[in-house]
Amino acid sequence: MSRIKDCFARLETAGRKALIPYVTAGDPSPAVTVPLLHAMVEAGADILELGVPFSDPMADGPVIQLACERALSHGTRLLDVLDMVAEFRTTDSQTPIVLMGYLNTVEVLGYGNFATRAKAAGVDGILTVDLPPEESDDFIEVMRAADIDVIYLLAPTTDESRIKSVCEKGSGYIYYVSLKGVTGSAALDVAAVEEKLKQVRRHTDMPLGVGFGIRDDASARAVSQVADGVIVGSVLVNRIAELATQPQQIPEQVSRIIAGMRAAMDA
Amino acid sequence: MPTKAELAALMQLPDDRGHFGPYGGRFVSETLIGALQDLERTYESLRQDPEFQAEFDKDLAHYVGRPSPLYHAERLSRENGGAQIYLKREDLNHTGAHKVNNTIGQALIAKKMGKPRIIAETGAGQHGVASATVAARLGLECVVYMGIEDVRRQALNVYRMKLLGATVVPVESGTRTLKDAMNEAMRDWVTNVDTTYYIIGTAAGPHPYPKLVRDFQCIIGREARQQSLDQVGRLPDALVACVGGGSNAIGLFHPFIEDGDVRMYGVEAGGYGIASGQHAAPLSAGRPGVLHGNRTYLMEDDAGQILSTHSVSAGLDYPGVGPEHAWLKDTGRAEYVDATDDEALAAFRTLTRVEGIMPALESSHAVAYALKLARTMREDQFIVVNLSGRGDKDIHTVASLDGIDV
Repeated sequence: MSRIKDCFARLETAGRKALIPYVTAGDPSPAVTVPLLHAMVEAGADILELGVPFSDPMADGPVIQLACERALSHGTRLLDVLDMVAEFRTTDSQTPIVLMGYLNTVEVLGYGNFATRAKAAGVDGILTVDLPPEESDDFIEVMRAADIDVIYLLAPTTDESRIKSVCEKGSGYIYYVSLKGVTGSAALDVAAVEEKLKQVRRHTDMPLGVGFGIRDDASARAVSQVADGVIVGSVLVNRIAELATQPQQIPEQVSRIIAGMRAAMDA
Repeated sequence: MPTKAELAALMQLPDDRGHFGPYGGRFVSETLIGALQDLERTYESLRQDPEFQAEFDKDLAHYVGRPSPLYHAERLSRENGGAQIYLKREDLNHTGAHKVNNTIGQALIAKKMGKPRIIAETGAGQHGVASATVAARLGLECVVYMGIEDVRRQALNVYRMKLLGATVVPVESGTRTLKDAMNEAMRDWVTNVDTTYYIIGTAAGPHPYPKLVRDFQCIIGREARQQSLDQVGRLPDALVACVGGGSNAIGLFHPFIEDGDVRMYGVEAGGYGIASGQHAAPLSAGRPGVLHGNRTYLMEDDAGQILSTHSVSAGLDYPGVGPEHAWLKDTGRAEYVDATDDEALAAFRTLTRVEGIMPALESSHAVAYALKLARTMREDQFIVVNLSGRGDKDIHTVASLDGIDV
């Protein structure tokens, strides 16, 4: 069984929901990332979304754009991110890692080359924000062959027929974007999210994660009551930005936010 | 050169998923797919609609001032030697560039879709001005994203946009130029998609933009083709146009695709020279990748990060290019070359002094290459150069290179 499936199965047995933090690899410097990942797992994270820095993160807001710029200022490339995953795996063989980024960094390596290296490093899934299902037939085939889940986004504006196609092509989990906007946007409407998730449910048994607009314990808790996973990014990346000049504090400070959300979700 | 059948096939592109060969497509986040599908449906129904076409043609005639002249630059041709040079005078359009052909068309779509707000990205500011202009005319709210570097370079156009009632948002992220303005405009669109229409200014971006921008700009090539037949009695031997994103070039080239004897030259910004690495010439020196919603030639590093570009002209300072150009290059139907900053500046001065026509720095790249090309041709041959915009906006750039503060 894949680590992602295994993780959701364990959570279901325990009656808990997945807490899925996102951080950008190499932000604010490469040495921070692996200790930060371990610390987040210790604080209660179930799956890790690791952002691959890209110069033009079009679907992200200013918070993650700046995180990419900090990471790129140290030259964090996709291959460096894979090295970080491999290093993380030396002491954690259980927590799933999903890479999240933009297609161009993967295209440059070549799909096959990327898949082989990513699998060897211990990557479990990939979410390429700018690769919708219509354009991803080759991509899915190569990733499937390497046993890497291809995770897709669904949006409030996604119509029924596309929900169906995304559910057929994706694996691992579905990432539901809770609101119209970029990452780091305003508050979300939990009732509207619940309604849409019901619609998605009719097409798949895959776990449904919800991201965008989750910024505190209360919103994490609210979302955990309607979804299988709570994805949180900008609020963590913001904290990292505030601590960019004191990087040794980042693992502990970010973990505090995770621990708070964990407690709220499990209460 | 492709065969007749291959040329006919090129004319039919893109396919229904927006592909030009391996290029184009729709590489965007799920959050934008719905909006692009809406736009595609609306546009496909409007392009078949004679009433919409009539409205567009009427605006082009009475608001833009079309047809634009095809001017035989006799003195320039004589002094330069070789082929006759004809200038397609897009600089004489209302607002001073070809950009308005597209903004008129897209604003009509926005109106049909009932969107009260339009947004645009701009480099040189010509597309921003053209968007602000149509917004003023139709009473739409208009927000223009512009890299802060370009805000500085193109102060005149920034003020023009403000006078027209638009809000200009300076973009400070990334390289602070056109590509970053496009990122910000996409972010705005995804956030305000219910109320907002995004007028992309070049023939790039996710499907259907490369197609619809091309369709609106094709008026340039259709007129130039007919004017060549009327004024010279035959089709030109060559077409020359500058290529940033490539909207003026595709507008000129596309109606000539099946005229296999007409050679096409797209001129990219060579900056300090291709060898310097400081340029904006993805077709000449880049490779295929994915950016801004389409697969096309890009300037990128070994890790797939987009490189910063350099050109003296803000409108060409872009690391990608429209996907149809990428395919015209690979199929061999069009050739892509470059002109450096210095060559463009020299052409700016030459055209100004010899013909009394002051071209935009973007268009000066096309003029620079046409002058070189003409000298390799016979006097009885002729070249149509797309003079895509006028140079008033660039006077302070040229003056400051002369050490003069205007």
